[in-house]
Amino acid sequence: MDDKLRLDGNAAAGTLGEVFSFEVTTAEYACNGCGRAGRLGGAMVYEVRELGTIVRCPSCDNALIRLAHNRERHMVDLRGMRYLTTG
Amino acid sequence: MVAETPRTKSLVLEIPGWEGHKAGQHVDVRLTAPDGYQAQRSYSIASAPEDERLVLTVDRLDDGEVSPYLTEVLMAGDKLELRGPIGGYFTWEATDNGPLLLVGGGSGVVPLMAMIRHRAAVGSAVPARLLYSSRSYEEIIYRKELEALAAQDGSLEVIHTLTRTRPEGWSGYSRRIDAELLGEVAWFPDESPLAFVCGPTPLVEAVGTALVGLGHEPARVKTERFGATGG
Repeated sequence: MDDKLRLDGNAAAGTLGEVFSFEVTTAEYACNGCGRAGRLGGAMVYEVRELGTIVRCPSCDNALIRLAHNRERHMVDLRGMRYLTTG
Repeated sequence: MVAETPRTKSLVLEIPGWEGHKAGQHVDVRLTAPDGYQAQRSYSIASAPEDERLVLTVDRLDDGEVSPYLTEVLMAGDKLELRGPIGGYFTWEATDNGPLLLVGGGSGVVPLMAMIRHRAAVGSAVPARLLYSSRSYEEIIYRKELEALAAQDGSLEVIHTLTRTRPEGWSGYSRRIDAELLGEVAWFPDESPLAFVCGPTPLVEAVGTALVGLGHEPARVKTERFGATGG
């Protein structure tokens, strides 16, 4: 993954807001890879324009959230997280 | 439209039904071409929540899709499609206290300016330091306003560093922000400051790593990277 494309969880807040009804950047997660817990706003985000968004764990790079856009629909894969708290 | 530097402009927006924002939040601006093609980018809000109108400050990236339109084509009175305010992570309210350490590179100063304006608007006495890296003196955004705010408020310090060119007689810093510079300028870790770092990805990562290396608690160092795909 190109390091220059790396953004913060904050950058995906608008897109993730189309899926979740709560404020995602302050939501807490635990990574399914390494167990790290944190807020999504502090995770790493890689955006592929018009195609999708991947949120990765800042410790182990595991993909926490994979979100693919297809026309007006989103496909969300949350298997990278043990849990996600609301807001 | 207010020209801030040769490359940046502030857009002053009137938004019916705007429900307010927190300093540090951004909006997504979407442009739609006549053929239906859409491009969307995020821009930080520059105005304080207390300000009457919403201000976005946009840096023109010559190869960008959205920023050249916003800075060169858009005229007063035009309409824009935007979504927001967005993001609850990279935000500061005066009640969060401090001291505040704000580190910005280039147009990364924009969300930090919203915090500084908010702090001034509510008359907060939370000590604040802005360390601001620009390429040249001409490219310092909000230079006069920052000078004026710092002159009337003893608990706000503004420290500039110029990385490319300096005017004659420049007495400020003239190097990239690194651990050594942060060691001289930042609050000590035992003062438990709240740090907000915003700018191009390499700067943000260098500063974030350096602050944690100096002993600052990672959870109190919040970052916002612009990345390389802006525009």
